[in-house]
Amino acid sequence: MSNAMKTFTNGLLKENPTFVLVLGMCPTLATTTSAINGMSMGLATLFVLVCSNIVISLLKNLIPDKVRIPAFIVVIATFVTLVQLVMQAYLPAIYDVLGLFIPLIVVNCIVLGRAEAFAAKNSVGLSALDGIGMGLGFTLALTLLGAVRELLGTGACFGFHIFPDNYGALVFVLAPGAFIALAYLMVIINKLQKK
Amino acid sequence: MAKLESTFKNMVLSLVIISVVAAGALAGVYILTLETINAQKAAKQQEAILAVLPTGAQISETEEVNGLTIYHATLNGIPCGAAIQTEANGFGGPQKIMVGLNPEGLIYGYEVLEHQETPGLGDKISTWFKNPDKPAQSIIAREAGKLVVSKDGGEVDAITAATISSRAFLSAINKAHAAYMNGHVDAHTGASQQVQNEDDVQSDNVQSDNVQSDENQEKEDIL
Repeated sequence: MSNAMKTFTNGLLKENPTFVLVLGMCPTLATTTSAINGMSMGLATLFVLVCSNIVISLLKNLIPDKVRIPAFIVVIATFVTLVQLVMQAYLPAIYDVLGLFIPLIVVNCIVLGRAEAFAAKNSVGLSALDGIGMGLGFTLALTLLGAVRELLGTGACFGFHIFPDNYGALVFVLAPGAFIALAYLMVIINKLQKK
Repeated sequence: MAKLESTFKNMVLSLVIISVVAAGALAGVYILTLETINAQKAAKQQEAILAVLPTGAQISETEEVNGLTIYHATLNGIPCGAAIQTEANGFGGPQKIMVGLNPEGLIYGYEVLEHQETPGLGDKISTWFKNPDKPAQSIIAREAGKLVVSKDGGEVDAITAATISSRAFLSAINKAHAAYMNGHVDAHTGASQQVQNEDDVQSDNVQSDNVQSDENQEKEDIL
């Protein structure tokens, strides 16, 4: 049981995909213009990660080693497209914002990375836990980064205005602000973890 | 169960089976969601049409002018203008805008349907031009057709740091106005349903005239 617990918390803190592994930077930097966008992207990735981890773990003995990467990519791409279609149908508001980035989950290193490094070697249960842990870690990181950028850039957090728009530093909503905010968050998190 | 060997047969078989299952799953979900997706798009458009027209307005007919769709509307049976779906190339890609005009060409309101402007800058087009507290930047109740940003000598304040997005937005509105005024003149020639065909021919003529005048306009702009 402690093994399962360890697998689960691994992704949350010790190997947080964004702050520690620094994987999947493209969606991280591009979609975190606001807290809600970051969270939606994180949850979409979480779903894909859990599903692909489970399926790949189930299929691991049926896939010959030499063709494992194309097989993994097909499985991941299928789930991403499913998410895209379902989101477009039932969550159009979020799809409008994230539409462009959803297909990018396919090439998100975290998903393929976990499939290769974890799901292909471990049992279904552990792989699902790993997916949930990593996905939640990614979601938390993206939400945190989105919240910081939204607050500094527009004075709001999750759409609630905390101070007036005019005092926001616009740069934080733009690409350079993403790098700056991410770097400072990494510093803070590294500092906290060292203690 | 032991792991499959990487023989040619095994590799081909496993990839084919995985691909076929994936394709089947995708086709299934595509069919399941297609209807909802189309309904969502239609609902969004319908919502935008009603949002840019006075409350209680109903769409009486639709027509295509210069490639733009015009939704003529009536309020209590009286024509009250139209919602026009228009578009222009913005900073990041096409902007699709629904704009409501009254019969004189004054703007009731607008809704941005789709855009790819920069978040935090150009994406303010969704609200900037209808802020009732800032008349210098609001286009509500202004006459469409000759809207120009103040930087180019016009009277509408552009979005701070997003002049290109603002220009594109205003040009889309002006385009809608031009298309509407063409169709509108036809509507007032008293054409009834019976002479619809004749009317179509007429509007075609007007349309080609308009294309020419647009070209002239462009030449002027270049000069």
